[in-house]
Amino acid sequence: MTSTLATPTNAPGDSPFVDLSGNSRRRWRERRVKIFLISSVAVTLLISIAIIASLLGQSIDFVTTIPLDKLWNFEQWAPRIGDFDIATLFMGSLLVTVVAMIIAAPLGLGAAIYLAEYASPRVRRTVKPFLEVMAGIPSIVLGFFAIAWIGPEIVQKLFTEASAFSLAAAGIGVGLLVIPLIASVSEDALRAVPLSLREASYGLGARKLTTIVRVIFPAAISGIVAAMILGISRAIGETMVVTLAAGAYGEANFTTNPLDVGMTVTSGIATLASGTDQVAGPSGGSAYNSLFFLGLLLFIVTFTLNIVGELFVRRIRERY
Amino acid sequence: MSTRDVEVSKRITVERSLQGRRVQPANIIFEISLIISLLASLGFVLLLLATVFSDGISVFQQRGLSFFTSDLSRIPGDAGIAQALFGSVALAVIVTIVAFPLGISTAIYLEEYAPDNRWMQLVRLNIRNLAGVPSVVYGLLGLAIFVKLLGTDTANGSGLTGGRTLISGGLTLSVLVLPIVIITSSEALRAVPYSLREGAYGVGATKWEVTKKLVLPNALPGIITGAVLSLSRAIGETAPLILVGAFYGTFFTTGDTGTLGKFTTTYTALPQVIYQWATEAQSEFNVQLTSAAICVLIALTFVANIGAILLRNRYEKRW
Repeated sequence: MTSTLATPTNAPGDSPFVDLSGNSRRRWRERRVKIFLISSVAVTLLISIAIIASLLGQSIDFVTTIPLDKLWNFEQWAPRIGDFDIATLFMGSLLVTVVAMIIAAPLGLGAAIYLAEYASPRVRRTVKPFLEVMAGIPSIVLGFFAIAWIGPEIVQKLFTEASAFSLAAAGIGVGLLVIPLIASVSEDALRAVPLSLREASYGLGARKLTTIVRVIFPAAISGIVAAMILGISRAIGETMVVTLAAGAYGEANFTTNPLDVGMTVTSGIATLASGTDQVAGPSGGSAYNSLFFLGLLLFIVTFTLNIVGELFVRRIRERY
Repeated sequence: MSTRDVEVSKRITVERSLQGRRVQPANIIFEISLIISLLASLGFVLLLLATVFSDGISVFQQRGLSFFTSDLSRIPGDAGIAQALFGSVALAVIVTIVAFPLGISTAIYLEEYAPDNRWMQLVRLNIRNLAGVPSVVYGLLGLAIFVKLLGTDTANGSGLTGGRTLISGGLTLSVLVLPIVIITSSEALRAVPYSLREGAYGVGATKWEVTKKLVLPNALPGIITGAVLSLSRAIGETAPLILVGAFYGTFFTTGDTGTLGKFTTTYTALPQVIYQWATEAQSEFNVQLTSAAICVLIALTFVANIGAILLRNRYEKRW
């Protein structure tokens, strides 16, 4: 910096204390920088407000214009002909999430325990980047993998009655997508357990398995719960895998069978918007507004789950 | 090697020598099942890559460069990804211009300037939650704000954004990655030790001088890593683009609009084209076409991801 420090800018005779406040040009620049930075922070707040405002406005329009008995009757979601049964979509999201967690919870947690407790530092350093790369695979790619491979090779081989596209295939695809998230959050939780706890357990003669199951796992439980909650939230919000692999397009019947074609809240939004008549166009009516209603539901559910997950994560940070 | 790694290595050595030749079946079964779950997770990735690559390779062999230089077409044998590549690169440029400066300056304020009060805690909580909002919701935001409010809802309409144009798509993706940029930049800034700042304050530097001359240069590798990772996230996103009206179909043309004109007319992007082709993947040819496009997308995101991870491992400082 070329400017000298505490340059006197005051006329002689002013109070000597003023000199300590420094060069007015530098102070002015500090103010400008600060104002600029604060305004970018304001943008992030503005985004949240914009999300809620845009979702809420159209949702209210939607709920006030359609007959409410159409909203929850376990029949079908077919917005173009005025059937808005959200139970159909909720059930779809539930099935996909359950299947995804059946895949991702044991695999993700197992990988995390191995990396945190068994792997030598060198193995860990080599494997970790692979998991990170896995987390970076675009979901559309897994969606294609789900229709090209998971559907025909896994779901239809295991259950011959399954259709080519199914909620189960979508769920497995989503599960693969969620594994890295669960693995990385639970590994952080396991590694946050201090080594002294392990040493104490070994010192008392416990086996490694006993140490992990009885000492380390309970100590890291809040972080592991957080990993599961964040995984569920991610699975509920996943769009493209389900849009491609679950098969239903634009409308879906209520089903509780994961081997059926189905639709989730997210794929309901995506397929409605990508239809050939472009609901995004000016004359969408209730079908157009229903996009925002679904978005609002999705936002509320994932927001709540994320907050709960956050609270659990904070608990491990405070403990040690 | 971190001190923790050293501790872990010591522990493993002690375990091995204590264990000796004794065999504990439960332990072994447990360890093997853990290894299986790790290998299964990684195996799926390899399987995915192998499937996509073996299906897509024939397109590259038969078509060569023309796959990259042809526009979309109703005839699968002529269809290429030129428009999609242009769209994806243009979207990435918009995200770089909009989201990075905004995200990094927000992170600087939060880490260096912000008072620790309730307001700022709320802002931080808000940003973390924005990072967890499903991408399709950002698509709805883009549809309501950028397509409808700031532009007339047509392909080449008027308004600030012009409706369903690259600009709307780019802004939507910028909003989507902004929280990720903020969080990763914040972490990079936080990793710079406080003693460095104190030293600079001690010789009379102002806050901005400290930030600009000391903190930012030291946090730069971390910030760039985060930025690259969020860029690869943006390139791979499909759901928001569907909602803000990236072209979905088998054929379109923008005519003679020039490079700048393309920002305000119909556009498409790589994931969007993959989506379109994948939904028509009944025919053998479409499977190959889709796989080839996926190879390109994966190559783009992997190069970005691996580059970012290497950059971080190379320049990560241990203070």
